[in-house]
Amino acid sequence: MIRLTHDPIDSAAVLASVSSRAAGAVVLFLGTTREFTAGKQTASLDYECYPEMAEKKLAELEAEARRRWPLEECAVVHRLGHLEIEEASVAVAVSSPHRAAAFEAARWLIDTIKQDVPIWKKENWADGSQEWVHPGLAAKEAS
Amino acid sequence: MKVCVKLFAVARDKTGQSSIEIELPDDATIRDLRAALAKECPALSPLLPATRIAVNSEYAADHTPLTADAEVALIPPVSGG
Repeated sequence: MIRLTHDPIDSAAVLASVSSRAAGAVVLFLGTTREFTAGKQTASLDYECYPEMAEKKLAELEAEARRRWPLEECAVVHRLGHLEIEEASVAVAVSSPHRAAAFEAARWLIDTIKQDVPIWKKENWADGSQEWVHPGLAAKEAS
Repeated sequence: MKVCVKLFAVARDKTGQSSIEIELPDDATIRDLRAALAKECPALSPLLPATRIAVNSEYAADHTPLTADAEVALIPPVSGG
């Protein structure tokens, strides 16, 4: 199950969506909005995406995770729009008969989401400046 | 042919537009698009080396040929998750 949403992420609902009688393990990862990055203070974040490709890529990642590990259920929810500190930007939940696969699949999913899915975050720094986070792009090009 | 390129994040901020139209020869590739963008949009030029290009929602290599009806997008380094 893949979802892009502008609504706050409902962790309980995400967990419920991966519940399975065949599962002995459920792993939930939440990416949350952190206040400090390399000494700089975040006031809030904004997320945007290329919707058609983001949905396609997320679906591909779910399919690949299901190929690699014996998953019962899988859910990825990514939030878009404005986020305050501590709010969750992404939820990845998987269920599996045993925990090794659940941990590995969840880890792989979030790591790969961060590399390949066309979603971008903008830092609204506490000092009033803003910059898009584009790893590998020179800082002056990102604002 | 005219190719419409979707712009996101810093690329949209630098140009002030969410898409840009580029005139290219009918047999143009992604490589040709990169060169045309660098020339016609100097604001985008510094971003291009680190920026991937997607055609119809798939990352495309430089040798990929373009068609007029392709959905093309600049994908600056992503930061989701």
